[in-house]
Amino acid sequence: MTITSNSAITPATFLRRWWPWIAIIAAALILPFVLPPFRLNLLGRFLSLGIVALGIDLIWGFTGLLSLGQGIFFALGGYAIAMYLQLDSLEPGQLPEFFGLYGVKELPLFWQPFNSAWFTLVAIWVVPAVVAGLLGYLVFRNRIKGVYFSILTQAALLVFFNFFNGQQKLINGTNGLKTDTASFFGQMVGSDAMQRNLFWITVLLVIAAWTLCRWLTSGRFGDALIAVRDDEPRLRFTGYNPTAFKTLVFTVAGALAGISGALYTVQSGIVSPQFMAVPFSIEMVIWVAVGGRGTLIGAVFGAVLINYAKSLISEQLPETWLFIQGGLFLLVVTALPDGVVGWWRQGGPGRILAMLGSSPATATYPGLDLDPEVQAERRAIESRAIAEESGAREIGGEP
Amino acid sequence: MKSLLELKAVSVSFDGFLALNDLNLALAPGELRAVIGPNGAGKTTFLDVITGKVKPTKGDVLFRGQSLLGISEHRIARLGIGRKFQTPRVYQNLSPRRNLELAVKGSHSPFALLLGRLSGEQRDRVQELLAVVGLEASASLPAGSLSHGQKQWLEIAMLLAQDPDLLLVDEPVAGLSDEETERTGELLRHLAGDHTVLVIEHDMDFIRELDCPVTVLHEGHVLCEGSMEVVQRDPRVIEVYLGVEDDDSLGGVSAAAGSPQEMS
Repeated sequence: MTITSNSAITPATFLRRWWPWIAIIAAALILPFVLPPFRLNLLGRFLSLGIVALGIDLIWGFTGLLSLGQGIFFALGGYAIAMYLQLDSLEPGQLPEFFGLYGVKELPLFWQPFNSAWFTLVAIWVVPAVVAGLLGYLVFRNRIKGVYFSILTQAALLVFFNFFNGQQKLINGTNGLKTDTASFFGQMVGSDAMQRNLFWITVLLVIAAWTLCRWLTSGRFGDALIAVRDDEPRLRFTGYNPTAFKTLVFTVAGALAGISGALYTVQSGIVSPQFMAVPFSIEMVIWVAVGGRGTLIGAVFGAVLINYAKSLISEQLPETWLFIQGGLFLLVVTALPDGVVGWWRQGGPGRILAMLGSSPATATYPGLDLDPEVQAERRAIESRAIAEESGAREIGGEP
Repeated sequence: MKSLLELKAVSVSFDGFLALNDLNLALAPGELRAVIGPNGAGKTTFLDVITGKVKPTKGDVLFRGQSLLGISEHRIARLGIGRKFQTPRVYQNLSPRRNLELAVKGSHSPFALLLGRLSGEQRDRVQELLAVVGLEASASLPAGSLSHGQKQWLEIAMLLAQDPDLLLVDEPVAGLSDEETERTGELLRHLAGDHTVLVIEHDMDFIRELDCPVTVLHEGHVLCEGSMEVVQRDPRVIEVYLGVEDDDSLGGVSAAAGSPQEMS
C-alpha cells in the first residue's frame, strides 16, 4: 500500500499488483474447456474447501482461535442442500427413498421447509452461523481459550458426528444423503454440464468469500482481531469486549463453512457424517497452516494445493499420502511458520536464490538494502524530500 | 472534596494468602499519587482490583461514588479508568499508528469498527500523540520492532488516546534512559490536574522528581502516606525496605533510595 502519488501506474506495476487476479479469472474461464470433467470436478471441490479454509484463517490466523470443529458447520451446510435436492427431485406425495427402509411414512417436520429453494439458500449459511454463534458465545463468554477451546470444539464435533450417525430415521444416519442422482432444473446434479456450472459458482463464491474476509481484516476491525490474538487482556483494559469480536468472527467462519460444505456436497455427490469426522477437521487446519496463516489467499491456496496433491499422490502411491501430509505439516511448523504464502511474501524465493549463490543486486550492502526497517526509513525520507520539492505541505502518513 | 477513587477495607485472598489486607486508599480528582512498596507488597494486585481483573474477597471499590465490584474489565475501562502495564504491552504486529487508532476514544463495538470510520478529530489526536511520543518516523513499522523505551512511550500514548479520567501507571520508566525518564515525569505532572494519575514505581529519583504524595504499601496494607521526605524518614518504611533496625539504617535508606531501581 505504499504507492506514492506521483508514481504513475504503468502497465508493469499494474501487472505486478493484479497478476494473481488476472491468472484466476483466466483460469476460471479456460479450465472448464481444457480439463477433463473428472479433473474439473476435483478442482471445483477443492476450491470449495478453500472457503472453509478462509473461515479458519479468519478465526485462527487473525483471531487466534484454533477450532478443530469446523466440520460441524461444513456438514450442516452440506445436509441443508442435500435435503433440498432429495425433495426437489420427487413426484408430489413421494418420500425420499431411504425413509421406506426405516418405515417412516411421513416427512419429518424439519424437512418440510427444505421444499423451498429460497429457504435452502438461506439455511445453507444461516443454520451453521446460528449454531456457531451460540456455541461461540457460550464458550467465549466463559473465557475459554487456547487449548481448552480447541478441545471443546473437537468434543462438540464428536457429539454432532455421533448424533448424525445414529439418526437413520431422520437423515439416513451413517449412509448420508446422495445428491448426484437428484435433478435440479430438469438436469442431473451429477451431469457434466451441471458440474461445470457449479465450478463457476464455486469460483465466484470463493472470490466473494475472500472479499468478505479481506474487508473484515483490513480495517480497524481487523486490527482488533489481531489484538485479540496477540494480547486479549490488553484490549479488554482499553474498553473492548473481546467476546463480541470473537463471537462475531466465529459466526462468520461458521457461515463460510456452511457454504463450503454445500458446494462440496453437490460436487462430490453425497453428504454423510464423515464430513464431521475428526481427522477431516484437523486437515482443514493443516491446509491453512501450509498455505499461510493470516494470509487469506494462503488459505485457499493451501486447501487446493494439498487436496490436489492428495488426489494425485493417492492415485499413484495410495499408502504414502498420510506420511507426506504429516511431513508437510512438520515442515511448515518448523521451517515455514507463516506458510508458503507468508514465506513468499517475506522474500523467501530471494533467500533461496541467495543461498544458491546468486544474491539479489543491491546498491549498497545486502544487509541494509534488504532490511525492511531500513527500507521503510529510506522511503520515508525520500517521500519527504519529494514533498518538500513539490512544495506540498503534507507528509503522507496514511497507513 | 469528594474522592474520585476510593478503596474501602479491600482484602484479596489467593488461597489463604492475603495479597491485599484491609487496604484503604482515596484519590481526589486531579491528584497525582505515587505508590511504592517492596516486591510482593501487593502493588499489582491493587491495580488488578481497581480494573476488575481480580475480585476483592472483602471490601469495596468506589469510582465517582459507584461501586466497581462485579463490573467487567471493559466496562470499567469505558467508565474512564486506563491502565499501563508493568512491561510494555503494545500490539506487536500492528504499527504504532494502528495501536493508537485502536486505543483512541470512541465507540469500541465491533459494528462501529466495521462500518464506521475514524473521525477527523480522532485522526488528528492520533497524529498529535505520535508527535508527543516522537514516533512519527516509525508510525508505520510493526510495533514489535520498536526499542523498549519506544514501546513504553507508545503504551503511554495509547493510555492518553483512551483519555481516561483516572490513569493507573505501572512502572512507566523501567528501562528508560535518564532523559526519557525526565520527560515521562514532566508528562505525568502535566497530566495531573485534568486527570487523576496513580503511579507505581521503583525508581526513587523519579518519584522524588514527581514531587507528589507517596503511599507505601507493605504486605497488602498501607504502611504510611505523605511526601517523599516524610516517608523516607519513617522508621517503619526503613524497616520494610531494609529489614534491619539498627542506627545506620537512616543513612542506608537514603543511599538505597538514591539509586534507581534498586528494588526491581
